[in-house]
Amino acid sequence: MTRFLAWGTLLFGCTFFALPLIGMTEFSMRMLREGYSFEAYRVVLLDERFQQTFSYSVLMALATIVFGMLLVVPTAYWVRLRLPSARPWIEFITLLPLVIPAIVIVFGYIRLYNTSSWLPLTGSYTGTNILLMFGYMTLSLPYMYRAVDTGLRTIDVATLTEAALSLGAGWFTILTRVILPNVLVAVLSGAFLTFAIVIGEFTMAALLDRPAFGPFMQLLGANRAYEPAALAVIAFGITWACMALIQLATRFSKHTQAQR
Amino acid sequence: MAYLELKNLKKSFGPTTVVQDFNLSVGRGEFISLLGPSGCGKTTVLRMVAGFETPTAGSIVIDGQDVTRLKPNSRNIGMVFQAYALFPNMTVAQNVAFGLKIKGIGRAETDARVNEMLKLIGLPDLGGRYPFQLSGGQQQRVALARALAPRPRVLLLDEPLSALDAKIRVSLRTEIREIQRELGITTIFVTHDQEEALSMSDRIVVMYGGVAEQVGAPHEIYNRPQTRFVANFVGTLNTFEATVRNADAGTLTLAGVDVALPEGGLQAKAGESVTVALRPEAVQLGRRSDGDIVLPGSIEDVHFMGSVIRLKVAVAGSTLSLDTFNRSDMPPPAVGAAIEVALSPKDLIVLQG
Repeated sequence: MTRFLAWGTLLFGCTFFALPLIGMTEFSMRMLREGYSFEAYRVVLLDERFQQTFSYSVLMALATIVFGMLLVVPTAYWVRLRLPSARPWIEFITLLPLVIPAIVIVFGYIRLYNTSSWLPLTGSYTGTNILLMFGYMTLSLPYMYRAVDTGLRTIDVATLTEAALSLGAGWFTILTRVILPNVLVAVLSGAFLTFAIVIGEFTMAALLDRPAFGPFMQLLGANRAYEPAALAVIAFGITWACMALIQLATRFSKHTQAQR
Repeated sequence: MAYLELKNLKKSFGPTTVVQDFNLSVGRGEFISLLGPSGCGKTTVLRMVAGFETPTAGSIVIDGQDVTRLKPNSRNIGMVFQAYALFPNMTVAQNVAFGLKIKGIGRAETDARVNEMLKLIGLPDLGGRYPFQLSGGQQQRVALARALAPRPRVLLLDEPLSALDAKIRVSLRTEIREIQRELGITTIFVTHDQEEALSMSDRIVVMYGGVAEQVGAPHEIYNRPQTRFVANFVGTLNTFEATVRNADAGTLTLAGVDVALPEGGLQAKAGESVTVALRPEAVQLGRRSDGDIVLPGSIEDVHFMGSVIRLKVAVAGSTLSLDTFNRSDMPPPAVGAAIEVALSPKDLIVLQG
């Protein structure tokens, strides 16, 4: 009976998750009256705005990942190594983007960095791009920090650091050659999550008036029927590809193939 | 002249002082063990030498250079940790080469040194393996090779055998000692295992409460413990209360028998009570030689330990441990048997403090 209930619950969960996706995919392929086709996908992929906005968002995602890593990895490492008492505070700060809506953050940015402020970042495209990237970093902070922190938890940070120090290594060497390679899978997990967040983000990009993928999806959704469904399937595909890459990275990481 | 000198070292964490007034001179190539129970400050002393803790007071001098304020990565000290601390992302060879690369040593020399080190630890064919593919004993050997590869001035071993099983522990301690002798490297070894310390060291520092209770060669520590703590911590000990008869002459009354200590003078007044200790192997079954103190007793318990049989014997109102060799042609004594035990006055240790 318990076995039957477990299988029933699993089946219900899978159906609940898969049915809308199947429906959406099926709908996205009905653009032509003659039957199923990939016409909606062809239209979306050949749309110049799709290529521009997607490239823009990919670039922003990569910049966010690089700067996010530069901020989060040393911070999480130092907190684990030297400031364990500060850990609850850091965790609280990194969780704030989950409770403060993106619209509030972006209004704060606009108010603080507008053209009449002491740091007029919104006065130029580059400045606004930088501002948007920092906004994305803030949004991805809860995921990036947790992923890296979980990775650090699996290694003996203090002893590895001391071993490297006793062998003459400096802090930069320790971070880049000892710590980072050992939490690379965790960092990649955080990076792929960040990528997925940036690709789909709408509020910040729209309010800062940047040509990102999120506002394009919204625009398309407001004006077309089949193409938004095709775009949503593509977006899902990208997210799943990211998740598959996380799994691949874990599987092919040689030194984590067995318990230490 | 001492190669490594620790002068008046003190370390406090907030209001708690964990090491106080610690002095030690280590000769070049000497193997010193810091022995003591958990929390006695032995690891803190080692970490101060490594540079991971800064002394509250005192100084550390290596080969004439004051390194007290020097960063750990500038001290040229090798360290082996209890938890191996091999870099999981690197192969065995890369682990061993790590310190050499940091030093900027060329590739050819690095490769040669790595091969030399792997040969030294008896794992010449495992350079391409990752740490997770090695056993605990192999990992600790690699950790030793990694620490030795950059030719450090001092080697620090922080309970390197504690995580290993008993058999490997015994074989690895012999190997470590052989390698240390071969390279002639000055070594400080931290352990809470008295057998390890006694079997490996040139000298032992027994620590308790952040203080060095006694410094001496293994046989001195074992045979002539200077404090009650050292006597109790190192080996098994029988203790008796005795009354001083003549302090200057070194005579006392033990279990109603007058005893003259061969070394004479006692630091106590006549009539005072002192604690006298005796190792189990110094107590003999039956009368042995002239001058021995002979006491009647009865066997309370028998522990068969293989080559040795340990007997618990009730003597003069207290229980005494006694070791006797096992002999295949003689069964162990029976519980309750009446016996005589003999003690030699020269084996008696009068405990101070």
